[in-house]
Amino acid sequence: MFEYYLSLFVKSVFMENMALAFFLGMCTFLAVSRKVETAIGLGVAVLVVQTITVPVNNLIYTHVLKEGALAWAGLPDVDLTFLGLITYIGVIAAMVQILEMVLDRYIPALYNALGIFLPLITVNCAILGGSLFMVERNYDFGESIVFGLGSGAGFALAVIALAGIREKMKYSDVPKGLRGLGITFITVGLMAIAFMLFSGIQL
Amino acid sequence: MKAFRNFLDRQGRHFERGGKLHGLYYLWEALDGFLYTQAKQTRGSVHVRDAMDLKRMMITVVWALVPAVIMAMINTGYQANLALSQLAEIPAVNWQRAVISRLGVGFDPANVFADLIHGALYFLPVYIVTLAAGGFWEVLFACVRKHEVNEGFLVTSLLFPLVLPPGTPYWQVALGISFGIVLGKEVFGGVGMNILNPALTGRAFLFFAYPAQISGDRVWVAVDGVSRATPLAELADQAARLSVSWQDAFFGLIPGSMGETSTLACLFGAFVLIWTGVGSWRIMLSVLAGMTATALFFNLVGSASNPLFAVTPAWHLVLGGFAFGTVFMATDPVSAAFTEPGKILYGLLIGVLVVLIRVVNPAFPEGMMLAILFGNVFSPIIDKIFIQRNIQQRLKRIG
Repeated sequence: MFEYYLSLFVKSVFMENMALAFFLGMCTFLAVSRKVETAIGLGVAVLVVQTITVPVNNLIYTHVLKEGALAWAGLPDVDLTFLGLITYIGVIAAMVQILEMVLDRYIPALYNALGIFLPLITVNCAILGGSLFMVERNYDFGESIVFGLGSGAGFALAVIALAGIREKMKYSDVPKGLRGLGITFITVGLMAIAFMLFSGIQL
Repeated sequence: MKAFRNFLDRQGRHFERGGKLHGLYYLWEALDGFLYTQAKQTRGSVHVRDAMDLKRMMITVVWALVPAVIMAMINTGYQANLALSQLAEIPAVNWQRAVISRLGVGFDPANVFADLIHGALYFLPVYIVTLAAGGFWEVLFACVRKHEVNEGFLVTSLLFPLVLPPGTPYWQVALGISFGIVLGKEVFGGVGMNILNPALTGRAFLFFAYPAQISGDRVWVAVDGVSRATPLAELADQAARLSVSWQDAFFGLIPGSMGETSTLACLFGAFVLIWTGVGSWRIMLSVLAGMTATALFFNLVGSASNPLFAVTPAWHLVLGGFAFGTVFMATDPVSAAFTEPGKILYGLLIGVLVVLIRVVNPAFPEGMMLAILFGNVFSPIIDKIFIQRNIQQRLKRIG
């Protein structure tokens, strides 16, 4: 059992890296990777939110939305899967909002460190993507915790590595037209080539 | 010689400011600098305290690569001649064999000179294409962006053909080096400013863009229609038996990319690089340590279904591109980590990943290329960690 969870975790960190294998969450990935310190903040925020929202959405999906999931309420024929997208986004927004308040009240240091990133990643497609992958692959509750943790960690790893490269690139002499986002897109492409090394590993 | 120097000086004025060909100044400067030395020199006392400049550093790497180049030619020719001597039906004569027939050196695999000639006829065209295509981009960027053409290009253009299989079509060679030079190096500003190793970037591009022509069984021997697997592929296949001895693999008489087969030539290169201080012994040693530890770990764990678990560190060392990558690619001072403890971590990462890819990833029989690229991606953040740690420690000590 433990081995299975471990391989799922490794797979979601490296082989199915949200940023460098699926290219999800590109907007924040590219925008908030200029400095390593802020990238760590964003990485931790994604990690935390992903670890919470994927299992929560999993609970909602299995107990409310799935076909026949409302049997406990006396409605065995109801299929609410069409409400999926709007529910997940709502749940993510609500979770982020609650998390923000809880952090502000109890761990102000972390709240200040995460700053703007918490509300920002409400609309991050890596977060929504995590919940949609969970539904598509029929993860159970335990799996969705591990998957949320792994995919968040993978995104954090990628964004921190990109920030390291971009800090080093301060010393590069990039042609004028490519400065800023242009060269970052090229860099991300090259990083994705390096991440291909994990593609094909069967766990 | 004097007359030639005068000729160059006379022509030089066309490239100076205000001359007709000023746009091509950096091309002329590179040519003159390559043949003689920098055209502009400091008069009087100089402030340079070290004779080791970028130029000398790069030339040292080129010298260290010479044995690998010679072994590349000998082995490419040896594999081709061996295949020819074993074939019942000799394939149609290509231009390489037509030239050899004209020269009259024959196709005896036991004759080292014949092997060298045959191999050179495969290696040199690839090298020339690399120089021409890569040089075109290099000079174009140098003239437009007004920076000097650097000796770093000599190293990249020599490394690139050495990591290609002998039968690579010339247009793919040109495409690969173009990708490596332009997107791997020049868009970042040229030598010393790139993120990934340009030669490996080009190789990886070819590997993923044309997997049929650059991997598999048919590309490693320079004779049409001959298929022979690399030893690493043979090891991965349970049905196949390993057809080479450890000594053959050590000297480099095995099928593989042109320059990577000979561990002996790479050891010579490692000796030169470490002795002159150009290559980092920390990186080489820690790649070796990471590889040995991971290989031993897999040996201990063992596996019934995967024969690669049983491959010992000694075999990992001599097979595939491990030695070549460790000595010449991982130590690239631009894309590697540059803090001293960072180098060790970077080397260990590469060493561990190489064995990991070779053993548990069935998609790639060889892992050195991607492991080094992955190390390159993470080297800035590794440096950052150790620099921050150093700052913290000094603050504690002094502040």
